[in-house]
Amino acid sequence: MRLHNEAAMERLKEAQARVRQRGAALDVSELPSYGFSHRSLMWWGTLGLMAIEGTVFALGVAAYFYLRSHVDRWPPSGLPPDLVWGTLNVAILLLSTWPNHWVKRVAERHDLRSVRIGLVVCLAFSVAFLTVRVLEFGSLNIRWDEDAYGSVVWLLLGLHTFHLLADTVDTTVLTVLMYTGPLEGTRFVDVSENALYWYFVVWSWVPIYAVIYLVPRYI
Amino acid sequence: MIHGRNAGAVEVEQPRLNDVPPTAADAAALDRTWRDPPGLLGWLSAVNHKAIGIRFIVTAFGFFVAGGLLAAVMRLQLATPQNRLVGPDLYNQLFTMHGTTMMFLFAVPVMQAVSVYLVPLMIGARSLAFPRLNAFAYWIYLFGGLMLYAAFVLNIGPDAGWFSYVPLAGPEYSAGKRADFWAQLVTFTELSALLEAIILITTVFKLRAPGMSLNRIPLFVWAMLVTAFMVMFAMPAVMVASGMLILDRLVATHFFNPGEGGDALLWQHLFWFFGHPEVYLIFIPGLGFVSAIIPTFARRPIFGYSAMVLALIATAFLAFGLWVHHMFATNLPELGKSFFTAVSLLIAIPSAVQIFCWIATLWTGRLNFRVPLLFVLAFFFILVLGGLTGLMLAMVPLDLQAHDTYFVVAHLHYVLIGGAVFPLFGAVYYWYPKFTGRLMSEQLGRWNFWLFFIGFNMTFFPMHLLGLVGMPRRVYTYPAGMGWDTMNLIASIGAATIAASVVLFLVNVWRSRLQGAPAGANPWGAGTLEWSTASPPHPGNFVAVPIVYGREPLWDPRRDPTHVAGLAVTHREVLLTTVLDAEPDNRTVFPQPTIWPFASAVATTALFVGSIFTPWAVVWMLLPVTIALIGWFWPDRKENREHLVLERRP
Repeated sequence: MRLHNEAAMERLKEAQARVRQRGAALDVSELPSYGFSHRSLMWWGTLGLMAIEGTVFALGVAAYFYLRSHVDRWPPSGLPPDLVWGTLNVAILLLSTWPNHWVKRVAERHDLRSVRIGLVVCLAFSVAFLTVRVLEFGSLNIRWDEDAYGSVVWLLLGLHTFHLLADTVDTTVLTVLMYTGPLEGTRFVDVSENALYWYFVVWSWVPIYAVIYLVPRYI
Repeated sequence: MIHGRNAGAVEVEQPRLNDVPPTAADAAALDRTWRDPPGLLGWLSAVNHKAIGIRFIVTAFGFFVAGGLLAAVMRLQLATPQNRLVGPDLYNQLFTMHGTTMMFLFAVPVMQAVSVYLVPLMIGARSLAFPRLNAFAYWIYLFGGLMLYAAFVLNIGPDAGWFSYVPLAGPEYSAGKRADFWAQLVTFTELSALLEAIILITTVFKLRAPGMSLNRIPLFVWAMLVTAFMVMFAMPAVMVASGMLILDRLVATHFFNPGEGGDALLWQHLFWFFGHPEVYLIFIPGLGFVSAIIPTFARRPIFGYSAMVLALIATAFLAFGLWVHHMFATNLPELGKSFFTAVSLLIAIPSAVQIFCWIATLWTGRLNFRVPLLFVLAFFFILVLGGLTGLMLAMVPLDLQAHDTYFVVAHLHYVLIGGAVFPLFGAVYYWYPKFTGRLMSEQLGRWNFWLFFIGFNMTFFPMHLLGLVGMPRRVYTYPAGMGWDTMNLIASIGAATIAASVVLFLVNVWRSRLQGAPAGANPWGAGTLEWSTASPPHPGNFVAVPIVYGREPLWDPRRDPTHVAGLAVTHREVLLTTVLDAEPDNRTVFPQPTIWPFASAVATTALFVGSIFTPWAVVWMLLPVTIALIGWFWPDRKENREHLVLERRP
């Protein structure tokens, strides 16, 4: 894999070396017509989205602790959320980073067959996660309209679910597209950025899980 | 590359690459390629950043006039004591609508609007990044503003102040839907602003002309870049807050309900964590205008470029440590308040750095006293006064005395109008020739300027004194004999003067469009790239993408290579460069105009407005939104074939 990346870097360097001056002109016609990671606009767009949504999550968590600081007993009703489904979802999400990482790599290699398989596997993980998420809402042991604790717990879980749902729809569309076409090189960039966004959904779940499930028990 | 490449290639026009120096055929092909389609459907499908930029600017000024008219009614009401013109309920709506309009629908959007038009031109790009998203952001903004005014006309305009404090705005004290319209307006405008921030950052980082390293971009672009970063971290706070508010009102959550463990101050923290940076979101672009106008009219490069950039960034960081100074009248720990006082005072340092750099530039330049420069000089005068009252209000004991009085009203108008609106008017006079190809009338401009300057000080200076003698803000009337009558009357006459000056401005804008003196590409002899292309610019901005060797490319001696060759003129092809040094990196083809951003915005609007009335709207309306977004992203087969022709794998 590493070798492959280095080869890609080499090709890129070659392409850049092909930018050449002809009198007053700088000829760029030999440059590649797309690039992965920070070479693509989509990467920067995704990063911006992650920064915004990361801020939203951080503010939600801040609101949680702010409300926590106002009462002695937390949760006020005394019953924290059941651990089973939330913890299972941590496991599912952490496992899902593996197919996502793999699909990102094969996408960067333009391996269409593997990308198709990888995307279907990723999608299966998303659906599994969403199914368990429904059970999670049922095991919170509080409704959103009972007290402020319930409100903020539902807010955090709801926000994360919304991101998950959005990425699942996104992955579905991309998967169908990779089977039906029309295809071009930048679709592989899209697959790569889709995996990047999934990492964000996963790694934002870990702290939110800790807040929802562990804080009422241990802090 | 994958399938159908050869099958498709037959029907597709072969790309024509541009040459240097550009030929007339290149230019004509580029115009055809980048032009928005004709007709109503074409108008709704437009994605060209200049078309969207002009709509954005005109819409924002439309809201400025609307917000100004609301203020005029308030000044009319307050001109005499115990006036019966407006009752308390309408007055509450008036000041709420005025503040909401000016902050959410004018001040922040107009700055982004100007940058939507100008930034690509200033950095030598053919387009903004994500042109369709840019169109979507515009429609969302427009629909949000129209929704708010529709509500106002139907007597369901928000009435709890532009910062909509709970518990007043909560379910217990604001029955009906007024506060919900406010909360959803915030959702609309912040969504639009956040998308624009992503677009702008991506554009500045990846689409600069070769050679325009980060330490060569115009200071206005720096200002907008810093603003975009601030938007990304500040605006989520108000979206979270207004989301909680609408949840409290709609589905009985208890975020702000102290009876069930909620807390009203949570609202203030979240709101001002956005609200204070918001002031700088408005003010920093204003600084950018000033930094663009001063070098041109001092006829020399800016003094202390690096110090200016660092000062902008420092201001942005400090702006996030100030929010509690809006909350000095709450029961927060005194030690905490001292910290926020200290940070508030620190802001003076980067501000002073910039002011000294501008003075040094002006001092050593050969000044050309045209209207844009007049507005900039007024900016100094007014901003310094507003800054000084800011230092006063940063002191807790003084703030407690002046809190919720007209002193605060005077301060915020000095800062915002002085810091942003005066530079903005200067900017319109400065760039209008680029937008339209014609200069605005200098004579009308001077009348506009002096009436505005005098009217502004007449309106707002007495408010300092009114506040100090105890007149609270947001009262719909006052008894005679409090010693407030004369100053209120003066303020109202001042407001009429401002109204007259704005009318002159609008007349000037309207008439100069057709009757102004032809401007040519660079009427002011300025040094930045937007002045190197025609006025108004071609649909594709530059016939050939320029190569940059310094901060004022038009003032620098010519060096080879001068332009980029080898980009398709028959396709919307752009050059991507590296983030720091702007070395050519790869090419990409931008999408065609399409109706989908408009359709998505309509669907999103239905969702947001529906959710004011029932939470189920979020569920049901998600379907059309999703369909519209999929329609947007699904690649068009013809476009796909065009891309394949130009494709070269990395």
